[in-house]
Amino acid sequence: MAKKPIQFQLNGSGQAIFAEEGSNLLDVLRRGVGDLSPKYGCGQGTCGTCTVLVNGEPRLSCLTLAETVEGQSVETTAGLAHGPQLHALQHAFMDNFAAQCGYCTPGMLMAAKALLDRNPSPSREEVVEAISGNICRCTGYEPIINAVLAAAQSGGRRYG
Amino acid sequence: MIEFRKEYFADERDDNLNEIGKPTQRQDMLGHVTGRSPYFDDHLFDGLLHLKCLRSPHHHARIRSVDTSEAERMPGVKKVIRARDVPLNLNTLLSLMDFGLDDEPMLADKKVCYVGEPVVAVVAETERACFDAIAKIRVDYEVLPHVLDVEEAIKPGAPSVNPTYPTNTFLYHEKYDHQKLRFGDVEAALRQADHVVEGRYQMSPIEQAPTETCGAIAAPETNNRFVVYTSTQALFFSLGTAAKMLKVSSNRLHFIGGTVGGGFGGKVDSIHEPMAILGCMLTGKPVRYAWDREEEMQVGAPRGAERWYITDGVMNDGRIIARKFTGYFDSGAYTRLSSYAIIKGTGHLPGPYTIPNVSSDVYCVFTNRTPATAMRGFGITGVDFSIEAHMDKVASKIGMNPIELRILNSYRDGDMKAHRRLAKNTALIECCQVVAEKAKWKIGNEYKAMSSLKGGGGERALIPAHTAIDQKGMVRGSGSSSFGYQPQPYVPSTPTFPSTPAFPSVPAYTPAASSSPAPGASERRPAENAPTPSSTYTPTPSQPATPVEQRPAVNRFSSISGLRRR
Repeated sequence: MAKKPIQFQLNGSGQAIFAEEGSNLLDVLRRGVGDLSPKYGCGQGTCGTCTVLVNGEPRLSCLTLAETVEGQSVETTAGLAHGPQLHALQHAFMDNFAAQCGYCTPGMLMAAKALLDRNPSPSREEVVEAISGNICRCTGYEPIINAVLAAAQSGGRRYG
Repeated sequence: MIEFRKEYFADERDDNLNEIGKPTQRQDMLGHVTGRSPYFDDHLFDGLLHLKCLRSPHHHARIRSVDTSEAERMPGVKKVIRARDVPLNLNTLLSLMDFGLDDEPMLADKKVCYVGEPVVAVVAETERACFDAIAKIRVDYEVLPHVLDVEEAIKPGAPSVNPTYPTNTFLYHEKYDHQKLRFGDVEAALRQADHVVEGRYQMSPIEQAPTETCGAIAAPETNNRFVVYTSTQALFFSLGTAAKMLKVSSNRLHFIGGTVGGGFGGKVDSIHEPMAILGCMLTGKPVRYAWDREEEMQVGAPRGAERWYITDGVMNDGRIIARKFTGYFDSGAYTRLSSYAIIKGTGHLPGPYTIPNVSSDVYCVFTNRTPATAMRGFGITGVDFSIEAHMDKVASKIGMNPIELRILNSYRDGDMKAHRRLAKNTALIECCQVVAEKAKWKIGNEYKAMSSLKGGGGERALIPAHTAIDQKGMVRGSGSSSFGYQPQPYVPSTPTFPSTPAFPSVPAYTPAASSSPAPGASERRPAENAPTPSSTYTPTPSQPATPVEQRPAVNRFSSISGLRRR
């Protein structure tokens, strides 16, 4: 099958790979690039666990054609920490016990990062709205909401 | 918000513990927040092949013929796997514990018993190539009548779903088509009761729907071994099942699991690992067998549907003196864990209440629906819902405050339960009191003063002097040494043996004359070795109430089924 070259920025570094035409961004990130942090949950755009940021906006990578990120900037959970320095959201998720099985966590973190990047002081309602596309089947929503609010309150103090 | 009511049972708790009562960080939390937790699909292999199954479009159909010749020639296809390629193509999960008979094939051979049952597996370079090849497989089905309702399934003449259990019921204790519980004499007590309250309750199947779908990757390892990355919740079930069905020694299987993207009971069935390993054995390549979301919802085994009939005998003062259950678990087409769920559920009856006469018949019924399995408290959840709904119905029927009704009938420390163990560490009365307070639901002062620690034991610790037993549902032609070997299916249980009381001359049941909450005290006798209530209790096997009840002194888990398999 014909393959198509795609170049994009992934967590700040350049990527150039060949992808099958019509393949989705999730498969290209996971099997093409080897970034396993975004997860497959439904392949239908309903669970949010594959959420990544494209130019800062949350995007469902399972429904995103890989070739549409040509020349764009993609962020995943794997790029959230700066070396050993965790992002404020990561600290807050740990401090607030905001993960159980952990499978929705990468998507939750990306949705939350998109929110905090454009709104550093969100209300509780705004946090709920921001993660409303992400399913936590362990139903740990309260700790997740608290973690995002705590990260906002910390003002990114422990960031890098 | 968690609120600790430390005033309750204060002397039973030590608050000076190092870990208990204090938050502790999960050991896998750093992996979770950095996206590095290694789920089964987070392992990359060069040349990874994918496996997908052709699935039955019918509830019930005989397979006349299967033609895979065109599929085998499709681009990217490496292997088409048929039932005959499976070394041991019949299994039941709990055979590892000697409980139940092998009844489920890895790939259907002669017939399909539910929509979505796998018939052929295709191993190919991509999932798309698998689906393209599956579309080219021709299966000639002869559609058979199907049955989707538990009570329909056990009527005479119903379609026989599962060839291992042709009458559509699991066989308990090598002789009954249902699981029995008998404690006291329910029928006599119902005749004495001021009110008889009946109810029918049911719940639908529930899909666990973990965010990570079920799957496994098997790859060749050195020294003729296979490494298996799996989403299983039951690593040793999966290991044992794979070794059994593939007829390989378990020391050739290197299972790696423990990182589960949500399970809730839906990842114990050991479906994926044997299939992935078989694909790996037949191709020599790493093989990934994972469900997509549609498969997860269609064929992922749910919490099974349950239907319960409850009949209570209640006195005017609110004491429940008899409770009778008839339950039906919808196991779907195969056993999986429903047989065990019923054992667990029966041990839970009659709920957290001290009732002197209890009987229960619970059927594990095979229907042409998706096989059911574990899910969070399975075996308990459905009947607890039924019991509590019924408590409200009883309260309404006799005009009593529903929380007072529960407090009055709650078991207390030292009470004898229907499965002949003493209740200990009970706290239902206190829970009800707090619920009433939180909900601003008025209860009488005498109910506020009641305690799980007071009023239990004594006469309430006694096993009934008489327990009515019967032979209903006995299956003839089965025996502990012969059943598993019988080439013929066992004889259907209908017509049943006549239901005969063991001791027709037993004195008539008389309700306790006093209005004290101690139920049915007059018809009890002390249990031998009856322990004193509360703190000094140590579990001792209670004695059967009558010689008729005596059973062989077998206490191994396998005695649950009594089926000696091989």
